[in-house]
Amino acid sequence: MSGAFTPVIPGSADASLPSPTTLKQVPLSGGPANPSAAALGTQFGPVVKRVEVVRGETTVYVEGAKLLDVVQWLHDDPGQRYDYLSDVTAVEYRDPERALQVVWHLRSLPRRRFLRLKVEIATGAPLEVPSVWSVYRGADWLERECYDMFGIRFAGHPDLRRILMWEQYREGFPLRKDFPLRGRFSRSEQLRQALSVNPEARYSMEELSVVQAFEDLPADMRQRLLRGERTGE
Amino acid sequence: MAAKRTVEVALGTAGLDEQGRPQRAPVTVREDGAVTTLAPPPALEPALELEGQHMLINIGPQHPATHGVLRLVLELDGETVVRCIPHIGYLHCGFEKIGEYRTYNQIIPWTDREDYLNSIGNNCAFSLGAERLFGIEITPRCTVLRVIAMELSRIISHLVWLGTTCIDIGAFTPFLWAFEQRERVYELLERWVGARLTTTATRVGGMAADIPLGWMDQLAHFVKTFPKTIDEIDRVLTTNGIWVGRTVGLGVMSPDEAVNYGLSGPMLRASGVAYDVRRDFPYLDYETYDFEVPVGIHGDVYDRYLVRMEELRQSTRILAQAITRLPDGPVDTADHRVVLPRKSKAMSDMESMIHHFKQVMEGPRPPIGECYVPVESPKGEKGYYFVSDGTAKPVRWRIRPPSFLNLSAISKMVEGHLLSDVIAINASIDIVMGEIDR
Repeated sequence: MSGAFTPVIPGSADASLPSPTTLKQVPLSGGPANPSAAALGTQFGPVVKRVEVVRGETTVYVEGAKLLDVVQWLHDDPGQRYDYLSDVTAVEYRDPERALQVVWHLRSLPRRRFLRLKVEIATGAPLEVPSVWSVYRGADWLERECYDMFGIRFAGHPDLRRILMWEQYREGFPLRKDFPLRGRFSRSEQLRQALSVNPEARYSMEELSVVQAFEDLPADMRQRLLRGERTGE
Repeated sequence: MAAKRTVEVALGTAGLDEQGRPQRAPVTVREDGAVTTLAPPPALEPALELEGQHMLINIGPQHPATHGVLRLVLELDGETVVRCIPHIGYLHCGFEKIGEYRTYNQIIPWTDREDYLNSIGNNCAFSLGAERLFGIEITPRCTVLRVIAMELSRIISHLVWLGTTCIDIGAFTPFLWAFEQRERVYELLERWVGARLTTTATRVGGMAADIPLGWMDQLAHFVKTFPKTIDEIDRVLTTNGIWVGRTVGLGVMSPDEAVNYGLSGPMLRASGVAYDVRRDFPYLDYETYDFEVPVGIHGDVYDRYLVRMEELRQSTRILAQAITRLPDGPVDTADHRVVLPRKSKAMSDMESMIHHFKQVMEGPRPPIGECYVPVESPKGEKGYYFVSDGTAKPVRWRIRPPSFLNLSAISKMVEGHLLSDVIAINASIDIVMGEIDR
C-alpha cells in the first residue's frame, strides 16, 4: 500500500452519540418517536398536524404552505441539523378518495437521525407544494422527477421541467394511479409519434438560446424563442 | 482548507506544481552532448481575451465515455466548459410503476436490472426492506450470507468502475487486471445462484439457495489472492504521473456542498464526510464487523479513486471475517407468511398444498404500513421505500437512486474545466444509467 493515503475516520457524527446497532424486532407501530417531532410541535404548533411512528420511523404531517419554514428550521437549528435530504417523492393510494402525499426523507448526519415529512394534498386541491431547493441543492433533480412522474408542482424550483420523460411528452404523469401500465396510446401510435419528432427538438429551447449561433436556427424555432417560449411546459 | 497533498510522481515528471498538476521539465541536449534541464516556461498570461463564439457540443447518448446512455450538452468557450446540461431518461423503464403491479417476490428480478453492476446487492437491499415491512427477522446464517453477497457485489462494482475509468483516462492494463478479478467473482456467484449478472438471489425472508459444497473454500481463496491485484493496480496508478495529472484537482466538491447536493457513497466520502450507512445506520449486523470508512481530503477525482481503492481492501477484510463466522442452520426464516412449504409436503399434504398455491398465486400480504430501509450500495445510499395498504402488491415502491443524485451535481463539477476533463469527472461519479433512469 502506498503511503500517499491513510484511512481516517473523522467524527462527522457527534462523538457523544452511542454507536448505532442493527434494528431488530421493530414493532409495526408505536415505539420511541424521533425527538425532533416533539421539537417541531413546540416550535410550529398547529402547522404540525399529526405524528406517526411506523416501523420505528417517525412521520410528521405538516401543513403544505409552511413546509419551507419547517424544513429551513430543521436545517438551521443547532439542535436539529438536518443537513441531508435523502429523498423527495410522492405516494398516491389506490383509493381515489384518499389524499395524495408528498414525502420528504430528511437525515441528520451529525445526530444520526431520520425524519419523514409528509404533506397531504386533498383530492381536487391544486397539486402544488413549496420547493426546498433553496435549502438543499440535491432537491433539484428529485423535485423534477416528482413533477415528471406525479405532476406535482414545486413552487420556487428554478427549472421545473420533465427529467425522465422527454420534454414533448404529453400523455400525462406515469406514476399516477389513473395512468395505465402500458401507456395511454397503442404501440403503433407511440412509435409514430416518436418517429415524427423534429430532430431539432432534441435540444431544449433553453439550450438553443444559449448559443450565439442563433441565426443558424430554423426560422420557426427562432420565432418561438423570440416570443419567449422556453422548455416543454 | 486541508493541508497540501504530496504525491510521489514516479514517471519522469518533476513533481507537482502549485495547482497540483505534474510539472514538465524540458530537457535540452547541447551540441557537446551535455544534457541540461531548464526551468519550466512561465505560464501564459491569462489576461488575453480572445474574441469568439461559444460553441454547443453534444456528448452522447451513444458515446463510449458516458458509461451508458447519458447525454451531456456542453457550452464551450474554446475548450473550457461554461455550462453543462445533462439529459437523462433514455433508459427509463418505469420500474416503480411496474412494481405496483407485482407481488414482493416478483419485484426482485427487477432490482437486478436497475443497478446491474450491483444486482445481488440490490436483491439483498430489497429483501431487507420488504422484511422490515412484513416484520420478519432473518436467520443468522442468512445475515452472514447477505453480507458476503453485498461485499462481493461492491467488489464487482468498484472493479468495473476502476477498469472503465482507466480506459477513459487512457490506461489499458489495469482494465484487464480488474476485469480478470471481476470474472472470478462472477464465477463464485454463478456457482451460488446460477446466474452471473441477473442474480435474483434473495427472497423475502431468506435466500433462493444456500451456498454449494466447497464454495467457502473458493471464496477464501479469492479473499486471499485478490489483494495482490489491488496492490498491483495501486502500484501502477497511484503515483503515475499521467494518472495524477489527469485526476488531481478535478471536479472538487467541498464537504458542505457534497452534503447539500445529496451526494453519497465514495463521492461524499472523498469530500471528507465520513457518512457510511453501514456504520451510521447499520443493517445485517455490520456494526460487529471490524472495518474502516476511508475518507478523502480534497474531494477531487483522485481522492475518489483512492477512496474506492481502499474500499476494495475493506470489503476484502469484511469478507474474511464473514467467512470465519458463518454459522450452520437454516437459511430461510420459519415465518410461514412468506416462506413456501417444502415441496414434499406440498405434494402430500392438503393444507400445505393450499398454502403453497395461495403463496404463489396471491403472494404474501404485509400489514398496512410503510418503511424506508437504506443500505450502502457501491454507489452510495440506496434505499427502498415501501408503502403498503395491506394487499399483496405495494402501493408505492420507490428506489432512492444514489447515482441519480451524484450525477445531478455534474453541472457544478465540470464548470470551468476542460472538455477532456469532463470525461474524467463523469467517470469518477461511477454512474449506472439503469439506476438513474429506472
